[in-house]
Amino acid sequence: MQVERDEIYGIAGESSSGKTSFIKVLAAAIRPPLRVVGGSVEYNFAGQRIDSTKASEAEIKAIRWRHLSYIMQGSMSVLNPVRRIEKTFGDFARSPLGLDCRAFRERIEEHLDHLKLPKSVLRAYPHELSGGMRQRVTIGLATVCRPEFMIADEPTTALDVVVQKDVLSLLRNVQKEMGASIVFVTHDMSVHANIADRIGIIYAGRLVEEGPTRTLFTEPKHPYTAHLVASLPVIGDTRPRPSLEGRPPSLADPPQGCRFHPRCPLAIDRCKREVPPLETVGTRHRSACWRAQEVEPLVRPEATVAGAGA
Amino acid sequence: MLTTFRDLFRYNIEFRIGVVLVSLIVIFSCLSFFSPYVPEQIYTVIPDQPPSLEHWFGTNSRGQDLFWNLTFAFRNTLVFGLIVAVLSRIISIVVGMTAGYLSGWVDRGLMFVNDIFVALPIFPILILFYFVLRNDLDTYTLALIMACLGWPFDARLIRSVGLGLRHREFTRQAIFAGMSPAKIMFEEHLPYVMPIIFSTAMANMIWSIGFEVTLGVLGFTNLNVPTIGTTLYWANNHSAMVVGTWWWVIIPVILIILTFIGLFLLAVSMNEHIDPRSRLRRMGGGNG
Amino acid sequence: MRAYLIFALKRLLQLAVVVFAGVSAAFVVAHFSPISPIETIIGRVAGQSSFSPTAVESLRQTLTELFGYDQPLTQQYLNFWSRFVRGDLGPSLIAFPTPAMELVMRALPWTVGLLTVAIIMAWLLGNILGGLAGYYQNNRPLKAFGIVAIGIQPIPYYIIAFLLVIIFGYLWPVLPISGGFAMAVRPAWSFDFIFSVLHHAILPALSLVLAGIGTWFLGMRALVSNIVTEDYVTYAELGGVNRGTIVMGYVTRNALIPQLTALAMALGGIFSGTIITEQVFSYPGLGTLLIRAVNGGDTGLVLAVSCVSVIAVASAIFIIDLLHPLLDPRVKVG
Repeated sequence: MQVERDEIYGIAGESSSGKTSFIKVLAAAIRPPLRVVGGSVEYNFAGQRIDSTKASEAEIKAIRWRHLSYIMQGSMSVLNPVRRIEKTFGDFARSPLGLDCRAFRERIEEHLDHLKLPKSVLRAYPHELSGGMRQRVTIGLATVCRPEFMIADEPTTALDVVVQKDVLSLLRNVQKEMGASIVFVTHDMSVHANIADRIGIIYAGRLVEEGPTRTLFTEPKHPYTAHLVASLPVIGDTRPRPSLEGRPPSLADPPQGCRFHPRCPLAIDRCKREVPPLETVGTRHRSACWRAQEVEPLVRPEATVAGAGA
Repeated sequence: MLTTFRDLFRYNIEFRIGVVLVSLIVIFSCLSFFSPYVPEQIYTVIPDQPPSLEHWFGTNSRGQDLFWNLTFAFRNTLVFGLIVAVLSRIISIVVGMTAGYLSGWVDRGLMFVNDIFVALPIFPILILFYFVLRNDLDTYTLALIMACLGWPFDARLIRSVGLGLRHREFTRQAIFAGMSPAKIMFEEHLPYVMPIIFSTAMANMIWSIGFEVTLGVLGFTNLNVPTIGTTLYWANNHSAMVVGTWWWVIIPVILIILTFIGLFLLAVSMNEHIDPRSRLRRMGGGNG
Repeated sequence: MRAYLIFALKRLLQLAVVVFAGVSAAFVVAHFSPISPIETIIGRVAGQSSFSPTAVESLRQTLTELFGYDQPLTQQYLNFWSRFVRGDLGPSLIAFPTPAMELVMRALPWTVGLLTVAIIMAWLLGNILGGLAGYYQNNRPLKAFGIVAIGIQPIPYYIIAFLLVIIFGYLWPVLPISGGFAMAVRPAWSFDFIFSVLHHAILPALSLVLAGIGTWFLGMRALVSNIVTEDYVTYAELGGVNRGTIVMGYVTRNALIPQLTALAMALGGIFSGTIITEQVFSYPGLGTLLIRAVNGGDTGLVLAVSCVSVIAVASAIFIIDLLHPLLDPRVKVG
């Protein structure tokens, strides 16, 4: 899977499908009991190539926050409760930015102003801020060094819809302005529809389909994607939705062959034996299904996209 | 609760060691029922004999067989600890759950009283009681006094759990179903508090036995009743270490330390069970 | 700042209530003592020379008036308080006629000194080692120390002190096991005296540190090993924040808050432990004094020691409580 410069790449999948483990690999945050069994993650920052699965701790540290930053799930608990916001900014951004005290302070105030946060948040403790403000502070924290690459793990899940919309547009603006790439992880397909340029669908720890957002919503080429898209609510649409039977398989003991076959309505014998490869099925569109060409959208495409965009 | 014990026994080595140690001590103290000697009598055997086949733990300067005498001492001490633990559990459950469930001013009032008890230095107070009661301060009176002093920490702990349970869905359902507060507390909430009660009971026994031993050693208790404390008192009184009857000191000290470690391991492993995060680490930590 | 003052005043009120309750309880318990201080004094005086029965009777009357035993209980209680706030709890018996309060004040610095040093050492050492053990969970020496800590943590003060006496008094006699300073040294601000005091304090302090360190170590280890899995620590690690800053500012800082509360709650128990330790080492502090008073049947002195202990412990808890909001911004100080 490849993420281009200046794009937002969405990663979707059910709970416990391996999204978080995946981005931990991306962020080089693997620690026991997790282990990288195979594969590699290559970054190309300012002409330097680096593989985060193999790089030494010092090498990783050199790219952290300068080039690669991270927005974490759950804005409630990612800020140290006994540290003022300004100190936290200092901890994260002081050494990558390499500015002296005053210049650093000015830079941060300017940045916060940009995010429509008052200067007073710097003197505040996390518990004194509202959920939306805290989330904006973490976005500020992740973007203050203008990194080329950001990983956002469910940054909007705990927020209510209005704040969520705010935060998303903020993220989008910041990204456009800096020309950064974001890997955006959430299980919420409507958020993806709003923000992502391309989407990769993960099922049971494997990438099963990848393509531009619109393509994926209108002509999914994997039965799982078709179901995810169909599960979106559409205003004015009262038809019953086809739901998926069963639950995601345990990653410790995944099914043989295609991991989706026990729940797949299109499953054939071959799916139980052989793992389908990820093959190109359209422009920048790949799917891992033996019957990719036979997958039909489960809901009329126009309705879905309209609903998702609303 | 029973399955909890089974799981702990199966997966937690500390719990297993604790169970073995405590069982050994309990069996040892139960041997007192078969003792050929009366515990209060002195000069029934030749004094100052080192451990031998005839007298496994030797004999002391008061002419008592140390093995059988210690079985009585441990029985009395354990019974004492158990009484304190049970009585103080009752107080702490009632106070903690009432404060946690009713909250508001009841909670504030109870916790204020609680804080006063926490701030009192217990030992001078116990000595004051001995000073007043002298030899009337027998094991049961002391147990009663200790129970009245030994509840506040655990009441606070139970209260915090109770506060959490109050906001759970099933509590609301029980209220809508018309259950009385007392019924909700003791039928719905008590099972959740049981592990804490168990682990604090073990810790409480260590605490109370520790005080009993100290009071006994200082001679501030009825000296004719054999307990761990009085055993050490008499050993001191006869300068056992100086005279060379080391077994009179070393053997009880080793046994009491084993008891404490056993109780402590039970409390610690149960605590770990209560906090699932540390349990997860144990499972994941094996290969990491 | 205003909010903090209100918070401090509330705590002060609590301190006052604790002291009031503790001292009153001590008075009530002591009042029902079967040992009459008057008869004890008469017994003493009469034992030294022979008196006529009328002389003894008039002595008894004088003493009853002196102690105020002919007055109703409420009056006695009020008198007790009015004398107590003036620091007067009557003469001691074991060192008659030195006032009981004077004996207590003479013993207090020894106990406070020993206790302060031992608590700070045990708390700091236990927290530092426990914090490291929680952060570096696979470190072998720290793991081994953890097992030792589980072993020594439940052993009561008396037994630890006793074992130290056996080891350093009989098996390997290198340290003094009794007294606050050597007999040959005159108490003065001289090097010899200070050295002697420190030398004699080693074993009592060591036994208090040994008895306390396990609790702090195990508590801190559990706290830290939970805190390192908190999101804000993971996030700081992902953010490439300095390791030192993470350990100090993120992990330790958060773990210290409950440890400070625990210290306040444990003070009463530690004080009790000190009394016993002092007794074992014949250390000239409050504990030894209290036990001498009990054995001498000295009601006034027992009462004085108990009351001063209540005040000392409650004040120490008060001071720690005042530190709490400074460490934890989330405490509502209002």
